[in-house]
Formats: sequence, structure tokens, C-alpha cells
Amino acid sequence: MRYLPLTDLDRGEMLTAIGVDSIDALFADVPPAARLDGLVDLPRAMGELEVERAISHMASRNVAAGSVPFFIGGGAYRHHIPAAVDHLIQRGEFLTSYTPYQPELAQGTLQYLFEFQTQVALLTGMQVANASLYDGATACAEAVMMANRLTRRRKAVLSGGLHPHYREVCETYARFVGFELDALDPAPGPAEDLNELVGRDVSCVVVQNPGFFGEIRDYSDLARNCHDAGALLVVVVTEILSLGAIVSPGEMGADIVAAEGQSLGNALNFGGPHLGLFASRDKFVRQMPGRLVGQTVDVDGRRGWVLTLSTREQHIRREKATSNICTNSGLCALAFTIHLALLGETGLTRLARLNHAAAVALAERLERIQDVRLLNAAFFNEFALRLPGPAAAVVDALAEKGTLAGIPASRFYPDQPELADVLVVAATEMVTTEDIDRLERELREALA
Amino acid sequence: MSDWSRAASALPAEDRAAEELTAPLETITGNRGLEIEEKLIFEQGSLGRSGVDLVEPPAFEARLGGLERQQAIGLPGLSEPQVVRHFTRLSQKNYAIDSGLYPLGSCTMKHNPRLNEKLARLPGFADIHPLQPVSTVPGAFALIDTLAHWLKTLTGMPAIALSPGAGAHGELCGIMSIRAALEARGERRSRVLVPESAHGTNPATAAACGYTVDPVPGNPQGRVDVRALKAKLDTDVAALMLTNPNTCGLFENEILEIADALRAVGAFFYCDGANFNAIVGRVRPADLGIDCMHLNLHKTFSTPHGGGGPGSGPVALSAGLAPHAPLPWLVHGADRLELIEHREGKAQQAVGRLKGFHGQMGMFVRALAYMMSHGADGLRQVAEDAVLNANYLRVRLESDLSPAFPGHCMHEVLFDDRFLKETGITTLDFAKALIDEGYHPMTMYFPLVVHGALLIEPTETESKASLDYFAGTLKALAAKARRGDTAHFHAAPRWTPRRRLDETAAARQPCLRWDPAAVDRRVEE
Repeated sequence: MRYLPLTDLDRGEMLTAIGVDSIDALFADVPPAARLDGLVDLPRAMGELEVERAISHMASRNVAAGSVPFFIGGGAYRHHIPAAVDHLIQRGEFLTSYTPYQPELAQGTLQYLFEFQTQVALLTGMQVANASLYDGATACAEAVMMANRLTRRRKAVLSGGLHPHYREVCETYARFVGFELDALDPAPGPAEDLNELVGRDVSCVVVQNPGFFGEIRDYSDLARNCHDAGALLVVVVTEILSLGAIVSPGEMGADIVAAEGQSLGNALNFGGPHLGLFASRDKFVRQMPGRLVGQTVDVDGRRGWVLTLSTREQHIRREKATSNICTNSGLCALAFTIHLALLGETGLTRLARLNHAAAVALAERLERIQDVRLLNAAFFNEFALRLPGPAAAVVDALAEKGTLAGIPASRFYPDQPELADVLVVAATEMVTTEDIDRLERELREALA
Repeated sequence: MSDWSRAASALPAEDRAAEELTAPLETITGNRGLEIEEKLIFEQGSLGRSGVDLVEPPAFEARLGGLERQQAIGLPGLSEPQVVRHFTRLSQKNYAIDSGLYPLGSCTMKHNPRLNEKLARLPGFADIHPLQPVSTVPGAFALIDTLAHWLKTLTGMPAIALSPGAGAHGELCGIMSIRAALEARGERRSRVLVPESAHGTNPATAAACGYTVDPVPGNPQGRVDVRALKAKLDTDVAALMLTNPNTCGLFENEILEIADALRAVGAFFYCDGANFNAIVGRVRPADLGIDCMHLNLHKTFSTPHGGGGPGSGPVALSAGLAPHAPLPWLVHGADRLELIEHREGKAQQAVGRLKGFHGQMGMFVRALAYMMSHGADGLRQVAEDAVLNANYLRVRLESDLSPAFPGHCMHEVLFDDRFLKETGITTLDFAKALIDEGYHPMTMYFPLVVHGALLIEPTETESKASLDYFAGTLKALAAKARRGDTAHFHAAPRWTPRRRLDETAAARQPCLRWDPAAVDRRVEE
């Protein structure tokens, strides 16, 4: 077996050194009734060639986004990843290292995480960011729980524009962790009045910007109202690239930002691994979940980095920890950091503008189709359309022709017939004018 | 001014003098041969530069609703060569499995096959969207189903929940499923038993799910004190969270009795599967009476740790817990695999969603490639070699270090700090000296049940020669400690990019991001 260095000769010598006759002696503590004498019923070992053949066959049965006109977003976005990103994250010193608990041996990881935290704080307009969480949805639930701790209240208001998976994850945590949710119905189109709901018992209001249906809104007034009521404003961002074009959550007065960072540096990966971003204010840092990297000096007075404020964390605080999270998304954070370092301010803002331009071009074409109505007043790279019939059927019909047209809202809200005709469509810099032509043409045909 | 003179003049005169006395190597630049000092990207970049060439967007009318960003973000601009050099230099400040033995107990730092990386990057997996029509991703479902089949076969459990993002997330999934099952039978229980030797995530998880954590003491043999455990059992106990093999590297030899006692009071048996590497292919957790166990794909199944993630923490579930597995579900339909994304039909009692989309697909591909490479025979060999390697180190070291418990161990071997008694050297000092010898330290001060713990897990991917060299190094270091060379240990490490770092200062006045204002202040001072 190519990954196992011991030879039978080695094994024999080692057993002799240990003073036992056979490997079975080392498993003597296993109750006899639970010992497997033979092999489990699975195939035998395979060479690299055979494994590659079998797994590549499975991959070949999927329609890769890059092989078709592609307009799906909904919290995972297809962007171009510079070749240097994947090359660098595959360096073994990054790929095969552990969590940087031994700082003298992990200054590389610690420094890039410090750079990552800085980038996330700058982008979101917040003071401090952690070293990442699993994904945007879990970051959102962690944000609500942090707001509950900070305000000592236990009810959160969720906007209807929040990604349905984020809402569902919050609902799961609410049920088991024990807090209340006031979740508004999904709302493509006109703004909800969240101000009405910010009572004295509310820990936070969670909004998403751009919203799940693509709408961009200014939440500055809501932030003020939250603060007046002693509540916090949590802003969720599922398309982090949007912050290259629009006012940041921090500038709107957000207290916590929970975001998905996949768009920078990370592939779609069928939904995971992705990258949870989490940012907040300095004064709340001791209630933040997840790892934090801090700057310090070594015994020679040289600048270096360590994991810090770990008294919040489970390995020190056990049942009193702020969160049970341990492993995060380190390597995805590295990809994000490298991509954003490559882009820089000018690259990021131009990339954001390219995305917006593509979405505007697409919207202008699709809203011309008879009986198709654009539901957004303002959007970034994704918007919602109301079709003259069920969107799911249209998406399936176009998929048959080889175009991945977007997400029918009914996939998330099967019990809400008023959303059956809603289609959520995204356009990034990857979309070509030929793709747009084809979507318009096929949509016209499907609706005819 | 050239770079080197700027670097030299940046140090105050008295610091330079101090450094001449203490620094292991003095150079003009602060660089040391292959190891190069590297500033933050924020200290290198300049506005107007970019490492990505993008076309100019055509003229168009923005539809941002007047919310265009007005203020600069403050991101530095770097060219591609600068970025490549920066991150290459950073990588060279890291220890990694690729560079050497990484004996972190309970972390299973084994070789990460590169075939797995290659396959996870196939466009058919990396470039598919989680919300594509299901008709366009049958291969993804086939892969997930195949992975589930392997994991179910290896654990002997009938169901597997794949969405948890890491081990601790898997624990959350497991304890939530247990609570849902208890509630389904109309019971509200308030306590979860957790051995004192458990990972910190176990009590944190139980507490997060609303349970009171009730600690269970160990016995002198390093296992759970079964009598004390039984004394705590009643119908208020929801579950026991047990790691097996446990964090002392020992198999819980009374585990069947524990399982029976739990069953007698209607409590569930949760197993932390962090140490599954010791028994994969030789013992099925279902045969131990376990109801629920998370698996860390980034431990036993070799997906890379990546400097702290991403991980993946599937949870194997008994028939009693399976109806409460979180969404989404992938089930066998009449002629195809069906994805269930809502609480409906068979999934009526499902715990809701724990994570966006369908789980860590990239990790699923890697783990399946790993398992198929080994096969049923190779996986059993993995457990055997892992246990053999740990025991070989145990006998090589038992006269020089102090084993915490007598007898054979499983895949990791635990020492305490008795061998350092009266040397003035702590476990931490010893570990830092090991760094200078070219090794990542073992897990230190964990588990908490022995004094000054040193937990060594070599894994099966180390050769005998590698183990011999490592053991020789540890023996020589222990001898050095016995000889009273305390200064050597207290000054360690000397040969790393940074020496011991001031963690107290970092926590007292947290500096968690680059701040140009802070830099300016320092220059003024």
C-alpha cells in the first residue's frame, strides 16, 4: 500500500521490540464480541490509476458550470480564480499544517490569518474580524447567539431577505440552544418594515445585503432604531464581492457582520467547503466565536503572531466557551487572502463593477421579454424576476437545453405558491454576451 | 535607503545590543539564509497596482440605488510576483506533515495524498453549484452515496449525516439528534455525562444544546470509572459523550458494560470519533453499542488540516436516531438517488439544517479517494500500523520518559511530566526544545487528567526509521534534562523564525488587525 511505509519485516521487528507475538495482542482491550476477524465488506485496495478512473467517472456525469451558460448564485458565486491562488494554497507547508497552536512553527499561517482578519475588517467596514468560521450560514447563527449574549435577550428578528438556508440554520440552533426567532416571510420586491419589530426584548435584527432576492438597501435607519432599543444590527453578506461596489455594513452602523467569503479565491465545490466571515466591533471581541490571531513580540522583541483570547474557546473554557467551534476554514481563508491580495483595491473595485455591469446588461435584456417582470429597484450581480408561470419548469426546460438559468424560489419555498413564479438570476464576470444572448433566446422560447 | 539599512535602523540601539547577546544568529537584514523576514501585505502594497488584469467594463448605468461605495477600502495593491513571493516566504515559516513527523496526539496528522487534491479539483466536483437542477449532478450524488456506504460499512451504523462542517459541528449534530429523539418520545432530560479526559468540544457542545455537563472521573488505569459512571446514571441523563479509544490513547475495555448501563436508563451513547484511526477496519462502533459517532474526515480519512480547516464531521447514527438526521437527506428512490431538502415525507422528524447547502463536498471527494485507495484491507492495516507505531514508541521511550499508564496503548501514547521532576524544566520547555531538533511538539497538557501531559500520535504513515530517529531525539533530550541543562530548555526554541512569543501581552492588549495608526504611533515614539 503506497501510503504505508512499514514492511512486514519492520512489523515483525517492532512486535518483537514491544514483546508481543502478533498485532492482535495490541487490540486485547477490545471486547472479543466486538472484534472483527475478517475484512469489512468493501472493495480491496486500488492503485492511483484505478481510483482516478472510478472517481473521474463520477465527476464526468455532472454538468460543470464552466461548460454551459451559467446564471446561478443564491449564496455561492462562480468567479474567476487567478492561477496563483491554487498554486500557493497547495504548498505543503500551508496544506498539511495543523491549527497554529505552536506559534514558533506556524508564523506563516498566523501572519496570513492576521492579514485575512485585516482584509475582512476593511471590506466589511468593521473594527475586528475572526480567523473564519465554517460558512456564512453557521456564521449567521453564531452572530445571533453572540447578540443574545451581549444583550442578555433571546429573541432575534430575521428579515425575509435572509438566505433561506441561513434562516433554517438559525431555526435549528434556536430550537436546540434555546432562543426565539421572529422570521419574516420571504420578500422579493418592496421593503419590509423591520423597525416596527424592534422591541425591548429583541437582541438583534438580521438583514442580508444584497438580499436573497438581490435587492440592495440602506440599513442606516434600522441600525439607529436597533441601537435606540438596545438591540444589535446583524448584517449578512452572501456575495462578499458586492462590498467592492456598495456601502459597507460598517458604514451603515452594523454591529456584527456574518458573511460568506467563497466568492474570493474559492470554487463552488457543490456548496462546501466555503468560508464563514465574521466581523464586529472592538468592544464585543470577548464575546466573539472562533479563533483570533493577535500581534505580539517574541523574547527578542521581534514582531510575531499568536492565537489569542483563547479563554473564549472550548479547549480552555470547556462548557463555558462562547462557541463549541474548533476547526474553521483555514485554507479557504488563505485562498481568500491571496485572491484579495492579488486584486488589491483597484482590482476588487473593477471586478465588482464588471459583475454589476454583467447583471445590468442581463436585466435589461430579460425585462424586455413580455410578461417577465424585474422585482428589484437596485441590485448588484443578482436579481429576481417574476415569470408568467412556474419558474421551476422553466429552469428544468432550459437545463435540458444546456443552460443553467438560475434558481426557482420554489426550491426553497415549496409551500409558498406566491413565489412559484419567481426566478433568481445571477451574472458574474464569467458570463459572456453570447451567454446572455442564449439565455434571453431560450427564455423567450420557454415562455412562448 | 537600501532595504538592509532600513531594516537595521528600524531597531533601537539598545535592542540591537540586546539582540547581539541573545539572538542565535545575527544578520544585517534579520533574514537567516533560506528564512526571510516578510512584512505584511499592507506594508508592501501601493495604490494603483493590481496582480489581476481585468477588462474595463463597458459604459453602463449603474442600478445600485445610490448606495455606491464612497470611501476607499484601504486594500494594498501588489503585482503577481510580489504576491507569489510573499506567500511562498510565509509558507516557509510553517512546519507541516510534508516536512516532518507531526506527533500531535488526538489530531492524527497523517500523510495527505496528492491524488485526493487532484480529484477534488476536477471540474465535475469543484465547478458544480449546490443549487443546480438535481438532474445535472447525478455524479455528485453518486459520490456522496458511495462515501456514505463506506462510512456506514466501517462503522456498522445504518445512517450517516454528512453535512457537519467539522468534528465539533458533528458533535452538535449528534447531540441535537439525541435531544430530538428524546423529545419525540416525550422526554426532557437535563444532563450529559462527559469524562474528565474529554476534548473541550464535548462539554462545550453539550452546554450549547442546553444540557448540564456532569463530569465523570477516570480510574487509575486511564479509563472511565464505570462504578462512578453508573452512580450518576438515571432517567435524567440524556447521553454519555465518550471518546474511544480515549484521549489517554487507551481502549475503554468496559465499553459494552457502559453501553448496557446507558441503555438500561434510556440514555444514548455518543462516541467522539476523533480517534477512529486506531480501530478503523478492526472494530465497528455499532458493535460497541454506540448510538451516534462523529468522524473527522480530516483525521482518519486524511483530508488536509490546511492550517486549521476546512474539516468535515460526518455523524454515524443508529436506527433510533436516523429519523432525526439533519437536512438535507439523500435517499434511494425507485430508480435514482433523491435529495430531500425540506422536512417532509420520510424526513418529517429531521433536525433542520446545520449548514448551508449539502456539506463539505470537497472533503467528501478526498476522503473517498483515500478509502478506495486503501480498500478494506488497507484500512485495517492503517489501524494496525498506527497502533504498532505508537506502541513501538512507547517501548522505545518508557525508560526515559514517564508513561502515564502501564500496558499497551492504542494509536497514541501518553506520558506525564514525572521524568522532568526536579529538573526545573516543564513539559512546555521540553516541547520547545523538541522544536529546535526539527520536530513539531506532541500535544501538551492534554488530556487534563495527567500532570504535564505529553500525548504522542505518530500515525501509520511514519516509517520505522523515522520513529527510531524521533525516539532517539527524545531520549537524548530527556538525558539532557536529567543532566540539569535547564538553560538549554528555557531558551528554546532558538532556530525558529520567531522564538517564544508573549501570549500574555497579546491577550492583554489585543492587536487583531494591521492598523496604520498604530504603526505611526510606534515610529513617533
